[in-house]
Amino acid sequence: MKIAIASGKGGTGKTTISVNLACAANEDVQLVDCDVEEPNAHLFLEARGVATEVEGILTPQIDEELCDGCGECARFCEFNALAALGGAPLVFPELCHGCGGCARVCPQGAIAEVERRIGTVDTSVSGLIRLVGGCLDVGVAMAPPLINAVKKRVWKQGLVILDAPPGTTCPVIAALGDVDYVVLVTEPTPFGLNDLKLAVDMVRALNLPFGVVINRAGSGNADVMDYCRSEGIVVLMELPDDRRIAQAYSRGEVIVESLPEYKGAFRLLLDKIIKSGTAVGEN
Amino acid sequence: MKIAFSTSGSDLNGDIDPRFGRAAGFLVYDTDTKNYETVNNDQNLNAMQGAGIQSAQLVAELKVEAVVTGHCGPKAFRTLSAAGVKVYNVHNAGFKTVSEALKAVENGELQAATGADVDGHW
Repeated sequence: MKIAIASGKGGTGKTTISVNLACAANEDVQLVDCDVEEPNAHLFLEARGVATEVEGILTPQIDEELCDGCGECARFCEFNALAALGGAPLVFPELCHGCGGCARVCPQGAIAEVERRIGTVDTSVSGLIRLVGGCLDVGVAMAPPLINAVKKRVWKQGLVILDAPPGTTCPVIAALGDVDYVVLVTEPTPFGLNDLKLAVDMVRALNLPFGVVINRAGSGNADVMDYCRSEGIVVLMELPDDRRIAQAYSRGEVIVESLPEYKGAFRLLLDKIIKSGTAVGEN
Repeated sequence: MKIAFSTSGSDLNGDIDPRFGRAAGFLVYDTDTKNYETVNNDQNLNAMQGAGIQSAQLVAELKVEAVVTGHCGPKAFRTLSAAGVKVYNVHNAGFKTVSEALKAVENGELQAATGADVDGHW
């Protein structure tokens, strides 16, 4: 089963929930850090056997002798990475998403595709957890292709927990592709509620089953709970606003290990998710 | 010679739009016939990325020889240069309407830019 941990707002505790769920699973589990712009799941785990692979995307290279300047490639490119001005087109590789469409539509076969590095993918092991995570190169504004490269390594079977990037745009959509269940982490503040609503709209548009975890419960107001109730959204867990959790986090520690009394709550959370996700799958 | 002015207006009294790629539109003036036409730039104004490149292609297709705008970023400048279009930045020139800028061009008061004057997404 593939479980994605997402949120509208950043800093709500996606990684905290992801890492602690993986640790509470107490079975072979793959933890996939899809937040390639700021990966941090590895900071909480003592990883062994780190292997780093370089990833890139294929960008167009024009053979000026074969090109007749028809401009088909530039008209096709959704991302404006090619400019046709009569002669051979100009290429802006930094705008290219690597779809390969330009090479396919070129009637002259004048476009070759050359790899352009966008980042790295690290794989490592920590106890029963297999960790996979991407890290986008500085200056590259192209998260989805690297997230897709990370996701190529996702297990076909078994328990997989994906730590998604924040927000509701392309990188999150890439992370949520083909998952079985989404956990939306929020906080009981006006900001948390505002961004939770956006995230709920997103997962509903994607037609994915989901539930909510309220982190730092007790620190704000009851509006998030009221919203979930009125929308019929299941609240899977309320993680209290416990100073000891913040302290453990700041030291890079896993809550279920530093504060074992929370282990049961995370195990229960995982069981609820598996039950909800499986129930949907059976329907 | 045809000149494209980035503008938020629809005639010579319209203001120069300081943006090139995401300009509201362009007024294309023909110095030989003294006629002009206006071109809407809504599509590029709302482009996800590469607005400058698309706007540069748009004005190049209109066979202009020069662009008069507020600022011009690196990708737009590269595209305009490749198309042989001169760029005149009038951000600090002290006038605001297309007709004022046109007068300055016709009097030879402006110098063509030799590169982008701002970073992308300024």
